[in-house]
Amino acid sequence: MTGYVVRRILWGLALLIIVAALTFVLFRVLPTGNPAILRAGRDPQPKLIKEIERVLGLDKSLPVQFWDYIKNIFLHFNFGYSYYNQESVVSLVKERLPATASLAIGAGVLWVVGGLTVGIISALKRHTFLDRFSMGGALVLISAPEFWLGLLALFFFASDIGKIKLFPGSGSYVGLTDDPWGWFKSLIMPWLVLASGSAAVFARLMRGSLIEVMDEDYIRTARAKGLREPQVVRQGVRSSINPIVTLLSLEIGVLLGGAVLVEAVFNIPGVGLLAYHSIIQSDFNVIQGTVLLASMFIILANIAADIAYAYLDPRVVFK
Amino acid sequence: MSTPEALLRVEDLYVEYPTEDGVVHAVDGITYQVHKGRTLGIVGESGSGKTVSSLTTLGLTRRQGATIRGKILFEGRDLLTLPESELRAIRGNEIAMIFQDPLSALHPLYTVGNQLVGAIRAHNDVPKAKARERAVELLGLVGIPEPKRRVDAYPHEFSGGMRQRAMIAMALSNEPKLLIADEPTTALDVTVQAQILALMERLQRELGMAIVIITHDLGVVAEMADDISVMYAGRIIETAPAQALFSNPEHPYTWGLLGSIPRVDDDREKELVPIPGTPPSLIQPPSGCHFHPRCHYAQPDHARIDPSLEPIPGEPDHFAACLLESEVRRRLWSELSAGSSPEDALSEVGLPEAAT
Repeated sequence: MTGYVVRRILWGLALLIIVAALTFVLFRVLPTGNPAILRAGRDPQPKLIKEIERVLGLDKSLPVQFWDYIKNIFLHFNFGYSYYNQESVVSLVKERLPATASLAIGAGVLWVVGGLTVGIISALKRHTFLDRFSMGGALVLISAPEFWLGLLALFFFASDIGKIKLFPGSGSYVGLTDDPWGWFKSLIMPWLVLASGSAAVFARLMRGSLIEVMDEDYIRTARAKGLREPQVVRQGVRSSINPIVTLLSLEIGVLLGGAVLVEAVFNIPGVGLLAYHSIIQSDFNVIQGTVLLASMFIILANIAADIAYAYLDPRVVFK
Repeated sequence: MSTPEALLRVEDLYVEYPTEDGVVHAVDGITYQVHKGRTLGIVGESGSGKTVSSLTTLGLTRRQGATIRGKILFEGRDLLTLPESELRAIRGNEIAMIFQDPLSALHPLYTVGNQLVGAIRAHNDVPKAKARERAVELLGLVGIPEPKRRVDAYPHEFSGGMRQRAMIAMALSNEPKLLIADEPTTALDVTVQAQILALMERLQRELGMAIVIITHDLGVVAEMADDISVMYAGRIIETAPAQALFSNPEHPYTWGLLGSIPRVDDDREKELVPIPGTPPSLIQPPSGCHFHPRCHYAQPDHARIDPSLEPIPGEPDHFAACLLESEVRRRLWSELSAGSSPEDALSEVGLPEAAT
């Protein structure tokens, strides 16, 4: 077990370096904006551009740049500095992490609890109006992009521009420690919007999985034993949850991607918004930092899901 | 054939399922009874309605949208009209059931002990630790070695025979008055089959419960059953005390079943005689006698007339649903049991050959 986890973490580390290399190449080689030109002001002299490139280290060859980058990470835990305000990437991300964590954790809880609850109810009330309504709704939510849903939510329910002034609108985020109630209110819409897609996927998966399990022989045995129906359902849910745990880790990537869009729409000062701005401004080091952070979360989530899977299914053995 | 003290009495039971292809007549009017401490064997091919009839006894076909008619009297109470909550109190408590495939019938993610504890606590208000002690005791009772350790094992860590023993332990956990065993040995090796049957007989003696054993294997009921009912296409076509069924079978389908099993004392050269054809559709069963398309001895009007169970003259408790005359049947069987092929028996008795 420990050996397995250590091996998986080492693999994850290797994967992170590959991800770093890919983003590195992607943004520097592909024709994005040259940060030196973007920084040099209007009608810059070529000499000035060269000078800025030298200061930013962009004049060195790509492998040397990458080597310096990786070296700084491992030796000094330094992910470089923003080209714009010279702030270190680490402190930029640190500063914005609480907002993103608030958004992602809240949405994650809503996603899992909401998705599974709707899925279970749909499976048990199969072919009823309730089932058809929730599954139809789920299909709509799966198909709807977050930024569109977000704009729709603002249009209808934001307290400034909405038709029904229900929740604080875009840009209303406040820190949890500053104003807990304000924090909660400002995140209600972003949570719902971010969770909706993944919750809908989970509801449909859970429904399918549970319907299949409820036809199993061991569920018939549970009934034949004289268990009460809630206990029978619990045994069914216990097995139908397993295949879904695997998908949890996949869906976390989707959630993080969605967080970027939701933060942009609701103007939440989180890592997603940071990534969004840094991409527009070709702020390479910041892009790199946010991408690595997201990759790390996805890799850790995958390891956690695999461990959880083995814990949930006694037939799974670590090798 | 009705006696008041029957523990379980199924009367004129019909179970029908609506499907996309039409209504499946899974059980088509059957009547049988089981007395306290006795064993009834129900024999038939797959799809003859054996399993559905027993699941219906426990009310397990209710939720599948089946239409059920008739009566299932257990100690005088009609199980078909009992509300779900009262039926639940009987399930696993007074009537227990074991199934064909013990691997799929046990929950893969709970320990065996946990599942036993669940069965015990479903009907007894005892603390978990107490139920666990009882679970260990039950596993020991059904012959699982080291029950104290095995109680924490998962079903996949058990062998097939041990799983079925665990299923039996679970069924016995509340000392039921009736045990329904649906193909309890079919998924097991022959040697393990014998062990499981011996175990069931021993437990029956010790606990005094009645058993309904459902199987396609006449060998299994020969060992265990006091009475045997043979089912075909959702009906009982012959019922008799075990001894009488093996010595004087009256229905050509029963002859077919007996002819298709090998016997140790038979001549080695003797070929087994399979029953031709396949089990009939339960959506549109054949007209007349449901068995006539597969019967060597069918006569033209057997496709029109629907036989009912008639008592066999001179034999108490022996009934058969066959349109051949009793005398003809007796002569046919004496030919067949002497080793003749169905064709020879036909010409010997002087019946015209069936049109099939």
